[in-house]
Amino acid sequence: MTPTFSPAEIRKDFPIFSKTMRGGNRLVYLDNGATSQKPRQVLDAERNFYEQHNAAVHRGAHLLAEEASIAYEDSRGVLAKFLNANDDEVIFTKSATESINALAYSFGNSAPSSRFALKPGDRIVVSELEHHANLIPWQQLAKRTGAELVWFSIDGDGRLDLSNAADLINEKTKIVAITHQSNVLGTIVPLDEIVKCAHNVGAVVVLDACQSAPHFAIDVKKLDIDFLVFSGHKALGPTGIGILWGRSEFLNQMEPFLTGGSMIESATMTDTKWAPSPKRFEAGVPNMAQAVGFAAAITYLNRLGMDNVANHERDLTSYALKKFAELRGVEVIGPKNNKDRGSVISFTMDGIHPHDVGQVLDQYGVAVRTGHHCAWPLMKKLGIVGTTRASFYIYNDEADVDVLIDSVEQAQKYFKV
Amino acid sequence: MELDSLYQEVILDHYRHPLHKKLSADFSAQVHHVNPSCGDEITLNVMIKNGLVENVSWEGVGCSISQASTSIAADLMIGKSLKQALTTVDSFSQLMSSKGTEAGDEEVLEDGVALAGVSKFPARIKCALLGWMAFKDAAIQSKV
Repeated sequence: MTPTFSPAEIRKDFPIFSKTMRGGNRLVYLDNGATSQKPRQVLDAERNFYEQHNAAVHRGAHLLAEEASIAYEDSRGVLAKFLNANDDEVIFTKSATESINALAYSFGNSAPSSRFALKPGDRIVVSELEHHANLIPWQQLAKRTGAELVWFSIDGDGRLDLSNAADLINEKTKIVAITHQSNVLGTIVPLDEIVKCAHNVGAVVVLDACQSAPHFAIDVKKLDIDFLVFSGHKALGPTGIGILWGRSEFLNQMEPFLTGGSMIESATMTDTKWAPSPKRFEAGVPNMAQAVGFAAAITYLNRLGMDNVANHERDLTSYALKKFAELRGVEVIGPKNNKDRGSVISFTMDGIHPHDVGQVLDQYGVAVRTGHHCAWPLMKKLGIVGTTRASFYIYNDEADVDVLIDSVEQAQKYFKV
Repeated sequence: MELDSLYQEVILDHYRHPLHKKLSADFSAQVHHVNPSCGDEITLNVMIKNGLVENVSWEGVGCSISQASTSIAADLMIGKSLKQALTTVDSFSQLMSSKGTEAGDEEVLEDGVALAGVSKFPARIKCALLGWMAFKDAAIQSKV
């Protein structure tokens, strides 16, 4: 851990940590895989937008419209820089889920001559690690177009089995949609080979970065991917705002998903010419204050430094994995060593269902996620009904892990296992 | 501790030793119910003849609350008239929506009153209702 990185100091920026939880306990928030808490700086940025600059962006001739448009576009710039992308490649959506659907519907709306059009026999490749958000839109696109959905399997340690990559990603493949980091197991997916295989056959790579972008530095140019999505609310930002990034040469060839105001170059009663990206994909008045709040969140993370964030979480995960290994009757599901894994630890307990584990932990102020984590097919593959999941972020420290471990032992006592 | 109002001993007993948890070969209706948000699932068989609940049996996976509650519901329904059984389900549903203000009528709900504390934990109410709603569904299907 870097000496300057202090979770205790960071927690002072988050009003929610002054809340008293069940049993009179302090909040030990370990549900960051679901959503993160928000620092005062993000709340202030949203409030300031509404109090000082509120107007519909890109419309109106008045001062507020100008200021709102500048604040909104500056926010886009902050996000673009965060990903090492160009400004016109960053599209604001309401969520990562909407971003993926925007892609799936755009591809589905393509003219038959488009490189994005799918026909019977074409392939979409996903993996068994996917969150429903990066599975169902592709599964349904496959159903609508007659394309075939195929997927990478996982091995016993929860790592992706890449041995058949060249078979799965064949000349029929149009789309490879893959998670960067499993929301359930923490597995970080090695992208180099997948991207190489995809590009060899002319397929595009869509990266679900919901669990990665908030936690370590992402460079879309280095990754050489084609599309990326993530949400603001998992990265200290507000709800109702997400990102779709795509290569501008692709975005400007693609059909929009939502049509309406703002997204047109010109319109008549019978026909419309689409505006270029990003406007093409931002129909309607966008979530402006949320975009500004999202940028404030990214600025907060940048101030900490994404490498410092990653190092902190790596150290904390190592500490937690060591502690979990010492527990009897508790099994970590997913990679048990800290190589290529993020700060998400799923576990099962002998004789206690995850919901009951979560309920006991709640009594000690520990907030975790329980159940199937929107990854039901993965649960079926692992042969379990669900897990209890602790996921860490910048404000967590070893004391939080200690409370978690103590509470897990309390659950064993309570249920007499 | 607040937890004790949720996990009464009688609930933990039903969880560890569930009643009627073996699907019967014969049934007048079979239903499969899930809680999509948490993945709990049960299959439940009923045998209802001439307005009488002759048998209820089930199989399933889930948390202690869902499993104990299904065990309690199954045991309670067997031998009741269909009309009585459905009134009992309504009585339990009402208890679950009471936000901790009702203790439940032990004459009607028997072991089911042990689940009264669940109504103070909004996230767990659907766990407690799973088996009861499955029974209601199966009972309605049996009638047609």
